[in-house]
Amino acid sequence: MTTKRGLGRYRKYLPLYLMLLPGIIYLIINNYMPMAGLFLAFKKVNYSLGLLQSPWCGLNNFVFLFKTKDAFIIFRNTILYNVAFIVLGTILSIFVAVALDNVRRKILRNGLQTFILIPFLLSTVIISYIVFAFLSPSTGFINKSILPLLGIDPISWYNKAQYWPVILTVVFLWMSFGYSSILYYSTLIGVDKTYYEAAVLDGCGIWGQIRHITLPALKPTIITLVLLSVGRICYSDFGLFYQIPQNSGLLFSTTNTIDTYVYRGLMELNDIGRSTAAGFLQSVLGFACVFLANLAVSKLDKDSALF
Amino acid sequence: MIHNSKAFHLTMEIIMILLALACLLPFVLLFICSITAENDLILYGYSFVPRTFSAEAYEYLWGVRGSILQSYLMSVVITAIGTVANVTITTLFAYPLSRPDLPGRRALSFFLFFSMLFNGGFVPTYMVYTQILHIKDTLAAMIVPYLLMNAFYVIMMRAYISQNIPSEVSEAARIDGAGELQCLWRVVLPMSKPIIGTVALMSAIAYWNDWKNGIYFIITRQDLFGIQNYLNSVMSSATFLSSHMTIGTNIKVPSVGIRMAIAVIAVLPVLAGYPFFQRFFVKGITIGSVKG
Repeated sequence: MTTKRGLGRYRKYLPLYLMLLPGIIYLIINNYMPMAGLFLAFKKVNYSLGLLQSPWCGLNNFVFLFKTKDAFIIFRNTILYNVAFIVLGTILSIFVAVALDNVRRKILRNGLQTFILIPFLLSTVIISYIVFAFLSPSTGFINKSILPLLGIDPISWYNKAQYWPVILTVVFLWMSFGYSSILYYSTLIGVDKTYYEAAVLDGCGIWGQIRHITLPALKPTIITLVLLSVGRICYSDFGLFYQIPQNSGLLFSTTNTIDTYVYRGLMELNDIGRSTAAGFLQSVLGFACVFLANLAVSKLDKDSALF
Repeated sequence: MIHNSKAFHLTMEIIMILLALACLLPFVLLFICSITAENDLILYGYSFVPRTFSAEAYEYLWGVRGSILQSYLMSVVITAIGTVANVTITTLFAYPLSRPDLPGRRALSFFLFFSMLFNGGFVPTYMVYTQILHIKDTLAAMIVPYLLMNAFYVIMMRAYISQNIPSEVSEAARIDGAGELQCLWRVVLPMSKPIIGTVALMSAIAYWNDWKNGIYFIITRQDLFGIQNYLNSVMSSATFLSSHMTIGTNIKVPSVGIRMAIAVIAVLPVLAGYPFFQRFFVKGITIGSVKG
């Protein structure tokens, strides 16, 4: 009797389970099978034998990876860029959100919001064309129009690695500040105007109002967004680091990140061992980062924790 | 908004206008360079001041329009199929999860949520798609990997349905004899139009802008390339421009201006449509900040 009732209970929901099926299959293919595929990091992949038949090789792939100086470079680049992006990006976005919130006319506010989102709307391929228009060694706007004004000789940007930490940071901020500013701004919309009026009566100036009202209102959003970025500190935007420097080999010391390294290892250099090892470390460390970041936040502010 | 400070408001307004210009001007540069004469570009570089107007870059591209139109068409096809599939799968996943009475709901939600926390990375994903599913050099390769469903939007849609459609409404429909599918189609869908529109728009933008699937999974069938991959191949292969130069010795190829003209052509539909969909775009971005 009980089993029949149990089955009957599920039969009632059969149509709902069928609806879930395409999504479940997709998650298995796109997410869970690759997770299972992490074991490839411990194999010497041989396409002719197939993935399962390829011989195990213990930690050899990791040993090979750390014998090169690339290993240090890609982890250093990925993490340092992310730290710079998180710090500068957060400061800039909060500033822009506050500025946007203080534009008096609604129509102007909406217009500005529309404009600052344009870079976020476009692909990194397009952005790489724009960067090229500025940095092209022979015809770029900077070499032809800006540097002559300053009396500086043209610089071949795509060959000089030392400039790229600045270039990539500027490009990153340019293409993403609109997006994160809007997230902060949408929190500020909800702040009651009377708080500011009360603060003024209490003798607060501009900075006082920002410190005592605006920033506390933004705190949960700041924590959530910083947490999300810290959780992704081992990941980099492949488009930014691959397209914008135009895959130029001379720049790898400052533009190679884990993601571009893994891609080039697999697709261009046929160096699958090191590629899988680096990817494995990225996945595992990335997961640990998400967990630790969330732990830190639940200590700080329980409501902002993701899980 | 800070109270009672005209000077502060004015300063912020000026700063914001400058920032908005910083977002817009690079596109103006792109456009101006695409209509500047090739000789000027070579002499003065890419510049905001068009010295001599010329449509030669566009005329040249019109002359070799075949591959551009082809990749444009592919982008439209990929975006259309991908968006419809994405919205369908997302909706079909979100609706059952919004039903509080569904047995196994917590486990299914975790199954979805965990996929956002942990992933196997590029190499295993590549292996699954190429060695097990063999989608290399097929149309499916441009549509299926990475983009077909976004767990984040499933969670947003589930939250929207739970918050905006009282379970009594769909229950009443079922009592009246509607099946689950009918209930979804007749009751839930019409009431979820805003969130479906937002998911569709974000998905369409993701497909239109995508070039990663093309460089990951398309090796020989370059006729499957969308416009982004076409642009990418123009930029990355020095051979592209030189191979075109040998077509006719009489035609001077405006190679410096061409790059900008192609980029303008690729950007145009997105920027032209933007004023019309920008409200939904903003909604799509801010939707996540309202905690579901």
